[in-house]
Amino acid sequence: MDKQLIQQCGDELYTAMLERTPVRPLTERFSDITIEDAYNISLRMLERRIESGEKIIGKKIGLTSKAVQNMLGVGQPDFGYLTDKMAFSQGEEMPISERLMQPKAEGEIAFILKRDLMGPGITAADVLAATDCVLPCFEVVDSRVENWQIKIQDTVADNASCGLFVLGDRAVDPRKVDLATCGMVVEKNGSIISTGAGAAALGSPVNCVTWLANTLGEFGIPLKAGEVILSGSLVPLEPVQAGDFMSVSIGGIGSASVRFV
Amino acid sequence: MAEAYENKLTQSQIAELAIHCENAELEAYEITKITDDFPQMTYKDAFDIQWEIRRRKEERGNKIVGMKMGLTSWAKMAQMGVEQPCYGFLADYFSVPEGGEFKFDELIHPKIEAELAFVLKDELKGPGVHIGDVLRATDFVMPAVEVIDSRYKDFKFDLKSVIADNSSSSRFMTGGQMADIADLDLKNLGVVMEINGEVVQTGAGAAVLGHPAASVAMLANMMGERGESLPAGTFIMIGAITAAVQVNKGDAFTVRYQGLGTLSGKFA
Repeated sequence: MDKQLIQQCGDELYTAMLERTPVRPLTERFSDITIEDAYNISLRMLERRIESGEKIIGKKIGLTSKAVQNMLGVGQPDFGYLTDKMAFSQGEEMPISERLMQPKAEGEIAFILKRDLMGPGITAADVLAATDCVLPCFEVVDSRVENWQIKIQDTVADNASCGLFVLGDRAVDPRKVDLATCGMVVEKNGSIISTGAGAAALGSPVNCVTWLANTLGEFGIPLKAGEVILSGSLVPLEPVQAGDFMSVSIGGIGSASVRFV
Repeated sequence: MAEAYENKLTQSQIAELAIHCENAELEAYEITKITDDFPQMTYKDAFDIQWEIRRRKEERGNKIVGMKMGLTSWAKMAQMGVEQPCYGFLADYFSVPEGGEFKFDELIHPKIEAELAFVLKDELKGPGVHIGDVLRATDFVMPAVEVIDSRYKDFKFDLKSVIADNSSSSRFMTGGQMADIADLDLKNLGVVMEINGEVVQTGAGAAVLGHPAASVAMLANMMGERGESLPAGTFIMIGAITAAVQVNKGDAFTVRYQGLGTLSGKFA
């Protein structure tokens, strides 16, 4: 794809997000679109957000479960950027009906770094050593693509289908928790809808952050001290609507809850 | 159970069905679900068949070493088309030591499940047992893996048939690290099941009836309906935290438990 087309696609997705009007899959319209094109489109979309005053506060990793990777026919995760406008606090209402179009919630573990991590050559031990704390997190993903009809290029171009997120208010030292076996329980409107454990994301959430540090390292981009890194869902995605209430609890870490309006 | 707790089968029919189900277990062959031939069967009949199988084993010199709950997740109940959990007993020869081998050829179509086991220090007797009673009466908790092996063709059954078949009980393994109940967050306790080195299932304790101890309370209450109790020292497996996973001969498994170590073994 040439520069102009990449810019056009990024602008289209940005407008789709603002106007809450989904677009046809890029992969249906541009059969030769590559994953690299898709990341460039996502950077254009991000550029528009920054121009409008949003600040980058971290990154998210997506496609971390085997089941989702198989569904999309890919063998690796993807990533997107988090901005301040996506972040909500524990106990706040999340205005999905104003901001999102086809939201789905997922429970995750968020990492806050105390040191920069610059790939390549980053190991799981480096990630643990650089992690200040981990927190429980709800990410509410959304797709700017009609009916979530996404292939890998569609979701990558769309900032890894990032929507909004809320962090729990308890931060835990990674030395205090076994991140691969910690259990997760997700409740919606008072019923338990799913359970999982850390290993559901690439064997461990630490592996996801390691992958991201090494992948970004190839482009000379570091994970920065203070950034929030959402490491990927440990449970199946759950469609949500205004009026729903959800909570997630993680063994040894804590809980987060969110009310959708 | 809306129906009255009474028998519709005769004592000789119950005895014959116990032999029918137990032989299928002992010789590892499939049978069709028994309610096809005895549609009038009640829950009491089904439990009477299970208790007759238990009596037969004890008469032969087997020891009963514990109890298990089955169909304890809402997802599993929906998947199997049943309305509530059930229980079964564990005989001495069901037990395989940690790190050991399950003999695949002794089984029909085994599946494995990651579970937790409670060991009691006080007796529990229903009705009216609640989670608090269970926590008070629990000596310790330890990891367990259950191998289920319904004797029914293709795992197709209804609740009454599965109760009569000792709730698909077949083999189990326990070990790992024991822990005091006060040191565990049982609802959020995570488990990770790997087969041949690949993560195949993850889950947390709340998958079992919302709280693992709720399963033990339900067992005590169901046993109470027959005037039976769970004596001090009873070993109780609470039901699957993960979905049951089909295994093949040669498969090796490892289940990791948050704060409770690991269990591994293989199917030889």
